[in-house]
Amino acid sequence: MQVTRRQFFKVCAAGIGTSSIAALGFSTDALADVREFKLTRSTETRNTCPYCSVSCGLVMYSMGDKAKNAESSIFHIEGDPDHPVNRGTLCPKGAALVDFIHSPDRLRHPEYRAPGSREWKRISWDEAFEKVARLMKDDRDKNFMAKNGEGATVNRWLTTGFLAASASSNESGYITHKVVRSTGILVFDNQARV
Amino acid sequence: MTNHWVDIKNANVIIVMGGNAAEAHPCGFKWVTEAKAHNHATFVVVDPRFTRSAAVADLYVPLRTGTDIAFLGGVINYLLSRDKLQHEYVKAYTNAPFIVKEGYEFNDGLFSGYDEAARTYDKSTWAYEAGPDGYARLDVTMQHPRCVLQLLKKHYSRYTPEAVSNICGTPGDTFLKVCELIATTSVPDRTLTFLYAVGWTQHSVGSQMIRTAAMVQLLLGNVGMAGGGVNALRGHSNIQGLTDLGLMSNLLPGYLTLPGEKETDYRKYIGARAFKPLRPGQMDYWQNYEKFHVSLMKSWFGNAATKDNNWCFDWLPKLDKIYDVLQAFELMHQGKLNGYFCQGFNPLASIPNKAKLTAALSRLKYLVVIDPLDTETSCFWENHGKYNDVDPARIQTEVIRMPSTCFAEENGSLTNSGRWLQWHYRGAPPPGDAKPDAEIIAGIFLKLRDMYRKEGGAFPDPILSLTWDYDIPHSPAPEELAKEYNGKALADLADPKDPAKAVLRKGQQLDGFIQLRADGSTSCGCWIFSGAWTEKGNMMARRDNSDPSGLGNTLGWAFAWPANRRILYNRASCDPSGKPWDPNRRLVYWDGSKWTGFDVPDFKPDSAPSEGMGPFIMQPEGVGRLFALDKMAEGPFPEHYEPFETPIGTNPLHPKVINNPAARVFRDDMKDFGKSRDFPYAATSYRVTEHFHFWTKHTRISSILQPEQYVEIGEDLAKEKGIKAGDRVKVRSKRGFIEAVAVVTKRIRPLQVNGETVHHVGIPIHWGFKGIARNGYLANTLTPFVGDANTQTPEFKSFLVNIEKA
Amino acid sequence: MALQSLDITRRSATTTPSPSQRKTQEVVKLIDVSKCIGCKACQAACMEWNDTRDKIGTNHGVLDNPMDLTANSWTVMRYSEVETGRGLEWLIRKDGCMHCADPGCLKACPAPGAIVQYSNGIVDFQEENCIGCGYCITGCPFNIPRLSGKDGKVYKCTLCSDRVAVGLEPACAKTCPTGAIVFGTKDDMIHHAEGRVADLKSRGFAEAGIYDPLGVGGTHVMYVLQHADKPGIYHGLPKDPSVSAMVTLWKGAVKPIASFALAAGVFGAFFHYVTKGPNEVSEEIEKEFKDEK
Repeated sequence: MQVTRRQFFKVCAAGIGTSSIAALGFSTDALADVREFKLTRSTETRNTCPYCSVSCGLVMYSMGDKAKNAESSIFHIEGDPDHPVNRGTLCPKGAALVDFIHSPDRLRHPEYRAPGSREWKRISWDEAFEKVARLMKDDRDKNFMAKNGEGATVNRWLTTGFLAASASSNESGYITHKVVRSTGILVFDNQARV
Repeated sequence: MTNHWVDIKNANVIIVMGGNAAEAHPCGFKWVTEAKAHNHATFVVVDPRFTRSAAVADLYVPLRTGTDIAFLGGVINYLLSRDKLQHEYVKAYTNAPFIVKEGYEFNDGLFSGYDEAARTYDKSTWAYEAGPDGYARLDVTMQHPRCVLQLLKKHYSRYTPEAVSNICGTPGDTFLKVCELIATTSVPDRTLTFLYAVGWTQHSVGSQMIRTAAMVQLLLGNVGMAGGGVNALRGHSNIQGLTDLGLMSNLLPGYLTLPGEKETDYRKYIGARAFKPLRPGQMDYWQNYEKFHVSLMKSWFGNAATKDNNWCFDWLPKLDKIYDVLQAFELMHQGKLNGYFCQGFNPLASIPNKAKLTAALSRLKYLVVIDPLDTETSCFWENHGKYNDVDPARIQTEVIRMPSTCFAEENGSLTNSGRWLQWHYRGAPPPGDAKPDAEIIAGIFLKLRDMYRKEGGAFPDPILSLTWDYDIPHSPAPEELAKEYNGKALADLADPKDPAKAVLRKGQQLDGFIQLRADGSTSCGCWIFSGAWTEKGNMMARRDNSDPSGLGNTLGWAFAWPANRRILYNRASCDPSGKPWDPNRRLVYWDGSKWTGFDVPDFKPDSAPSEGMGPFIMQPEGVGRLFALDKMAEGPFPEHYEPFETPIGTNPLHPKVINNPAARVFRDDMKDFGKSRDFPYAATSYRVTEHFHFWTKHTRISSILQPEQYVEIGEDLAKEKGIKAGDRVKVRSKRGFIEAVAVVTKRIRPLQVNGETVHHVGIPIHWGFKGIARNGYLANTLTPFVGDANTQTPEFKSFLVNIEKA
Repeated sequence: MALQSLDITRRSATTTPSPSQRKTQEVVKLIDVSKCIGCKACQAACMEWNDTRDKIGTNHGVLDNPMDLTANSWTVMRYSEVETGRGLEWLIRKDGCMHCADPGCLKACPAPGAIVQYSNGIVDFQEENCIGCGYCITGCPFNIPRLSGKDGKVYKCTLCSDRVAVGLEPACAKTCPTGAIVFGTKDDMIHHAEGRVADLKSRGFAEAGIYDPLGVGGTHVMYVLQHADKPGIYHGLPKDPSVSAMVTLWKGAVKPIASFALAAGVFGAFFHYVTKGPNEVSEEIEKEFKDEK
């Protein structure tokens, strides 16, 4: 073992530090405790990861015990150990889900961008539904095709289209399909391919 | 997936090809590592790049992007020429002995019936020869020159190891090593599983790549077996469910199909779908089509759907063509689309050729975006400097953006790749005023319905009559919707075996699709999901993870469609006498009086083996198809065609037919395809493990783990171009350019193809002009606007670029 | 946690004996490099559980990110593309605290109770006692601890002592998709590792083995390596790590001399020393300060 002179002094100094603090009466009853376990008394909710199709089971931990006066907020997510596929594991995306929920880029309010405008304007849900329904109805009434050129009944609406999601629930997908078809829309697709 | 995630552990050989499971599906990939650790499985990765899947593979096999059919065709040739087949399986469970009609031909890259002007085939010769009894003819000796096995041999005899190596750039000895390994699974007690993803689908010949793998599996007897199958690893959490629910141009829920405009006669519509059996004694399950269809129409239109109005058949829109997302943006680009909805979908980033997409969106009158996040699509009109250089003042599109909840803030079910519907629960309220998707759709619909009620307008009947008996009309509960798609009895349902008894009383939830009727006495919103919410309650929320067979079929966990079955075609896991091929993979078996076992039999439960019913009960002939008949656009056997942008400029098998002759190409896009003299490098775009599509760039931890856009190139190309790791580079295609940091790696090697050296450039997709990760260029600036001939899935995986130091 | 706090083997800079009557099971986190797909789930789970967030950096021409351990990133994946007799191998090693049985950090630490070793083997930093001198950094043979620019204290992997204390596995071990990270008693982990080594040998990795270096008394984070004869190819994993000369000297011959020096009244100099730290460390510290700001 080669020790330079400088290292020797350094070691001495470190040694002094160690014994000196004790010698000079600093408390040796220093706290030696692990960090408080952060999930104690949080509320657990089972969920499914919204990313890929492995559909890992999740346990979400939220603040508050669902009492009336407490607003729940999820502060931690880990894999569901009972789930037969992921058995408690999560990938880097899944392990980061809490940051997705709380992303600063989550949308909070309905918004409207007027033709040529450079900005969003906040609107109410009622205004948003009213605007969208009006745009749909005007376009549908104008362009709905009851019969094709050969006189066959086709009852289709080709000038408005709908792209459905890849991560919304079956229940959302089902009602979306039901509504879209009732209007006669055929320009209809989902994210199955991309 | 024909099988499911946990079942991968039962495989002896695992091939990841056309995908990168370790990076895109890490937690499902665990079952690969389990198979290696506990089943001593051999794991092979076939990919242009040495991926993180390859990092733990026993064998990494390079191939040029877009040449998978050549590779797998070579495997078929190897298996046939060395007689490495599961003979009994091939004879009994595939259409190998079926005789094909006279007139079927394949010459110089084209099958019989090609119409060059229309870029389509007349498929009338792609059919079986009918015998005097009307059924398809067979030669059980499989010697007839027109039997499928002989045609198969002839077709793939051109795919020699040398030809494979020449097209794919795979070293010959490595290719043979893979063939030998695959061939070891032709015995009954060894299985191979293929795990693929959009690395296969995103080609102009994507569907046929998958078919080639399926054919390999049929020849080896690996379909229906535990640890076997052809397994699509789907990319999004519920894209399986959304597809099952038929949210596509031409589908209705449960893979029912919309009528075309020439099918305005209801009986003809049903007749064309309830296929006649092609062999005697076959189950031919689609014969029940009308039961599924009528129950759907009762679900949607309730009392308005009657026998007299053909269950509202006229109300269904009739197709003149398929309106997939590429067609939609083409129409938008031509100014023929006025309005567009994007629900949880960011097409500006996800569809090829960003320049075209921006121009198209700018021609819309209105765009409605429903999303939890601030997406590029909703902000396509915003100027973000070099990343989105548009002038808002010149874009006249009205945009309405509606915030939706995310998974954590709602109840509901998602369907995973293994077809499991799993229920999840709300854990917290959404931020701000965000609402669940179902509530947003209800909000729009109720306004629209009110307007039609008050004002009248174009054909309001289906809108006014749509069933809407939800307790809170503006907020249909997920539980109510799940019960609706499961279906219920609209009248007392008599027991077919004892008409005096009722199996279900009016108003009760159905036990499954077996109870569906075509007389209007049942409703069911999605027949394949029937059984998900029965009188016993929510079957999707079940949490019994016990696994009595040890094969991983946890039948008490959630609900798998169809009928809680975990492995499709599982009847084929037994020999024709009903005994499992492999006693260690006892999924189902014939116990002398019925089919039973550790999975729900994919079969008529009381059909004795002696009755000769085939295991592929959805097919009119009861067997698996090596010859696809008329089901594929570009031919009954997969053939290698080059990507639309090919680095070698020819097709070594048939230079006159280079690309897929049946792929749809819009005229204006043809001029946007690049040539190898200007864009000499084969590019491929993909996900990386740290990110999920265009979502996680909004997520802090994910952005920390991979903060900035990069491209990957091999050391040889880097040296040639004077590029060092960490340099900024410009990657250009015929459609535009991106700039990114260069990752220079040993993991991408030049390949020798048809006498040329082909370099690959790897392009991860995750960055854009929105999000908290470092902003970047949308990678689809580069990709070509052409899709697979059957599904129109864009060719994201094979295109041409050039690269230079920025 | 009271029970856990009493199960202490040793504390830094403390002469009074630690309460050590109880003996809990010795735990180990085993990292099987041959199963690792480099997905960084462990990095994500570590930040998520420990409520740390590193800054969003840049790409440096490699897949590694963050590029090094920091006071917020207590573990990072290190990727090495290596040509071996088998062709190209992509060796991906999760780097972080090894929880040495003979911890150089603890021995070097001058702040009483700033570093403790529990009887289960976990070496834990008690940041409230840390004086930020950086000695642990020089004392560590694996170059693991990092000083925070925010609070001037040193941070590193705790082996999730808060989770282990209540009977859970560390966050990284739980999340690991492929089971490349497993957690259990040292005996069980050695048994598990032996099975993995046998599997690797059957696949042609003749030199597969376990990394549990004796120079630091063995570790409570162990690796299974495909090439255990060449740990250096795993992004510079030291072949024979040992507690540094300075720390060893201090524990041995130097201590009496130093005590004498104290008696001679060099307290002021010492105080300066522990607050500012030695030159080499200061440079590192300053750099980290800059990086974090």
